[in-house]
Amino acid sequence: MARISKEERKRQIMDTALRLFSKEGFFEVTIADIAKEMKMSAGNIYNYFSSKDALAKELILYISKYLGNQIRQINMQPLSAKEKIKQIVELYFKTAKERPELIEYFLRIYLSNREVFKDGCEGMICVSPFVTEIMIFFEEGVRSGELRDQDFFSAFGLFMGYLGGMVFLMGEGMLPNDIEFYTDEIAENIYRALKNET
Amino acid sequence: MRPKVIWLQGVTCNGNSHSFVNLPDIEDCLRRYDWLYHPVLPSSCTLDELSDKECDILVLEGGLKPGWRKGEFDLEKLFLRLAKRAKKVVAVGSCAVYGGVFREYDENITGVLFSGAQKTKHYKSLAQKTVNIPGCPAHPEWIAFALDAERVKLDTYNRPKELYAYTVHSGCMRNEYFEWKVDAEQFGTKEGCLYYRQGCQGPFTHGSCNKILWNETASKTRVGTPCFGCTEPDFPKRDLFATKTYMGIPATMPLGVPKRAYLTITGIAKSFHIPRLHKRLFDED
Repeated sequence: MARISKEERKRQIMDTALRLFSKEGFFEVTIADIAKEMKMSAGNIYNYFSSKDALAKELILYISKYLGNQIRQINMQPLSAKEKIKQIVELYFKTAKERPELIEYFLRIYLSNREVFKDGCEGMICVSPFVTEIMIFFEEGVRSGELRDQDFFSAFGLFMGYLGGMVFLMGEGMLPNDIEFYTDEIAENIYRALKNET
Repeated sequence: MRPKVIWLQGVTCNGNSHSFVNLPDIEDCLRRYDWLYHPVLPSSCTLDELSDKECDILVLEGGLKPGWRKGEFDLEKLFLRLAKRAKKVVAVGSCAVYGGVFREYDENITGVLFSGAQKTKHYKSLAQKTVNIPGCPAHPEWIAFALDAERVKLDTYNRPKELYAYTVHSGCMRNEYFEWKVDAEQFGTKEGCLYYRQGCQGPFTHGSCNKILWNETASKTRVGTPCFGCTEPDFPKRDLFATKTYMGIPATMPLGVPKRAYLTITGIAKSFHIPRLHKRLFDED
């Protein structure tokens, strides 16, 4: 068996944990369950994460970096805000469809269990890579005159609340269509809500 | 032999002369030079007698405007004649350096070397000997420094690095509030950073206002007023008491700081609540 680096093994543990948390629920899954799934000893997992809470915090940072890096790629392109909105919606829904455990972890575990994250993941700390890119998207959209100037959280809530709500409905099995079916209309709705009308 | 000084005024409000006479050791400073002409200080010549004179240091306060007359003289021509013979030219105040406030009214009014950030036609002939001391007004100690200084290192706007390599943010007593992103709610208090909402330009303005204090006592930011960026070529801007933001993010970043880096650091800093920084410094207030 080819040797893999410690970083790669760590990533494998995180991917496994995300999958199990998504399927069984955060509080139901123990470090021993993750170890069993990975055919490792529980003791070995503790070489990578000192506790389940420490793993939980690293996971949200991992997801935030994963999404942040991809939004960054969109931000770096010479696109209008309208086109960027479309690409961000596409990215979010594609991720929700192909790797639902990432978005579910964010919505169902991170946002719903703040007590797990209160030490070390306060405020923006663990979601900074993602939120920073959304800030840059908004700032550049307003600076260019394409988007209306307003409070950041008013706009952030509209954009991310909307996308999160759709993925939540998807997770509950309540959407009659595949989530990607809604991309164009939702991107258009977000653009119309944020655009500068003057 | 004391160096001979001529101090001319172009289109000016007199602010830099007023600033200069507030120099704490003004008497010593005046004694170090032979003042051929200054509009408000004792000097040996009248304006009429200047055209044939030679001086070591020619100071210009105020902007230059082609054809603008002072008494019987075309001021710009008189300035250029004297500048050609002078060993050093000192442009004092933002109007003499960039055109400043008066250039807002009339774009024909320029500084010696710059009109805003653009080089003037005099740049080529005078840049080698000109020291720029922008400010509205220039700090008296900066003016005295420029009169005295020889072979100083200058930045791209001919400002002495000794004075202008710093930002006004350097030495600001509100730095803790900047670091932890705690806003000042109003002017004139001792607490809070003025950059986020109150219009402070200190983090991207070159100047030593918080290193060489005004009246040896304070600075704008120390007393709770935002820095207006008066040493920069784009001074004056509009709406000086409010921070221009796009979706809540300051439009101008601290000098040299990439937006992504700034947003990452401040997002994290703001995630922590430091109780001490949210209280009045003096509780009895």
